[in-house]
Amino acid sequence: MIKLAHIDKTYNPNTVNETKLFTDFNLEVKDNEFVSIIGSNGSGKTTLLNMICGSIPIDNGEILINGESINKLSEFRRYKRIGRVYQNPAMGTCANMTILENMSLADNKGKIFDLKWGTNKKRIKFYKEQLAQLNLGLEDKLGVKVGLLSGGQRQAMALLMSTMTPIDILILDEHTAALDPKTAEIIMALTDKIVREKNLTTIMVTHNLMYALEYGSRLIMMHEGNAIMDIEGDEKRSVVVDDILDIFNRISIERGN
Amino acid sequence: MALVLSVLEQGFIYTILALGVYITYKILDFPDLTVDSSFPLGAAVCAVMIKAGINPYITLPVSFAAGGIAGLATGLIHVKFKVRDLLSGIITMTILYSINLHITGSQANMPIFSDDNIFTLSPFADKLGKYNKVAVIFIIMLICKILMDLYLKTKSGYLLRAVGDNDTVVTVLAKDKGIVKIIGLVIANALVALAGCVMCQDQRFFEISMGTGTIVIGLASVIIGTNVFGKLSFIKTTTSVIIGSVIYKACVAIAIWMGLAAIDMKLITGALFLVILVLSNFRKAGVDND
Repeated sequence: MIKLAHIDKTYNPNTVNETKLFTDFNLEVKDNEFVSIIGSNGSGKTTLLNMICGSIPIDNGEILINGESINKLSEFRRYKRIGRVYQNPAMGTCANMTILENMSLADNKGKIFDLKWGTNKKRIKFYKEQLAQLNLGLEDKLGVKVGLLSGGQRQAMALLMSTMTPIDILILDEHTAALDPKTAEIIMALTDKIVREKNLTTIMVTHNLMYALEYGSRLIMMHEGNAIMDIEGDEKRSVVVDDILDIFNRISIERGN
Repeated sequence: MALVLSVLEQGFIYTILALGVYITYKILDFPDLTVDSSFPLGAAVCAVMIKAGINPYITLPVSFAAGGIAGLATGLIHVKFKVRDLLSGIITMTILYSINLHITGSQANMPIFSDDNIFTLSPFADKLGKYNKVAVIFIIMLICKILMDLYLKTKSGYLLRAVGDNDTVVTVLAKDKGIVKIIGLVIANALVALAGCVMCQDQRFFEISMGTGTIVIGLASVIIGTNVFGKLSFIKTTTSVIIGSVIYKACVAIAIWMGLAAIDMKLITGALFLVILVLSNFRKAGVDND
């Protein structure tokens, strides 16, 4: 379970560019929930993810994972419990290392990186099985450098790598946005499969309204630092893309665009 | 023949320092100028110990450790004080100049001509005769290369490669990328100081300015090696660094043999580096056009 309590976040405080994004913002994501977050640019979606991961500091409030405050933990320490896939497929893998080396790195998350062999030969069979479920033929290319793979292949690997070891929360940061529509479909289906199989608590930010409706158990729409829509269960299932577009249009008119 | 031997001797010494520069420049993508002072640091430590009558073979690990401390300093300045990479190296380099003089007791020049060294005490000094020196240097260089190859295949080595490749991956693996960078700088400067130690015993004197241009020699060797031979998949990168160092040293030797004076040494060093950079840029442009 992850909880954000009374979060304040202001960009460029005490300057002409001061932007108050969050004021007393609260959010609670229960275990095994798959939350999709949508919203226009500047609505605070990405800031929200970055605050959880510690990439940017919060001004006030508290962030808790399973009841424990993670406020004081630096970014890298928070990732002991968090897996993250970025929008840019290049961010989640090491281009100059082989598929096998990347898988070995991910497999060692949470353990010590000492002077033992980087790749445990006994685990190769497991890596091959994991890669085989992607249906991209990567299991036969273990010695190939990841930089030679396509964006979709790299993103599939990033997804696999970020969920290989036990984590409390999976963060998906517009992870299909840089892919072509067909590859995006494949990655999204794969995401859903992995999240279900591992019962992961997931927060996904997306610009794709279809994905936000089709996948996940809960839908949140952000606008100017507030969750202006928060639905789940039957209510979420009854919503169609047009409903959401209506709300988007209304917001735009209110802002005078 | 004497020329070939001297090229190989110096080339293999340069290899040791080039292996260090390979870690910072190629793996970490960190332009580390510390090496211009960690190279003479190794030499200073070596000269003082030999003058004190300590077994010359002990100077090797001690110089190695001294260089590691220099790398640690640069790493801490960069990671903990958040000083830019280039400037961190320059700060350590500048400070080390004074420290090197302190080590030698204010002597800018310290001859060790009449003392025993790793070459005179080598177990095959009599058997190999004039090949003794090159054999000893080759063995030290080979040990460094093999240890580095092995290290880069360990979990810690994987993390080092990952941090230069894409440090986000290291953060997401819940590891502190700063510490990984520091480890890389420690190993790199340890190797550079070791090279300085061997060089000091090879030329049989320490001289405070012997480090000037070390970074250029290291970079030139790495770039020749990785650009010319790095594309061949059956050659390990560390092996290509060995070849690069020897080729570089050979080019310098040829320039001197063709009549350039010894005072033109740094001129050759710099100009040759420029040529290498320009050629490798052309080569890259050619690849891009394919």
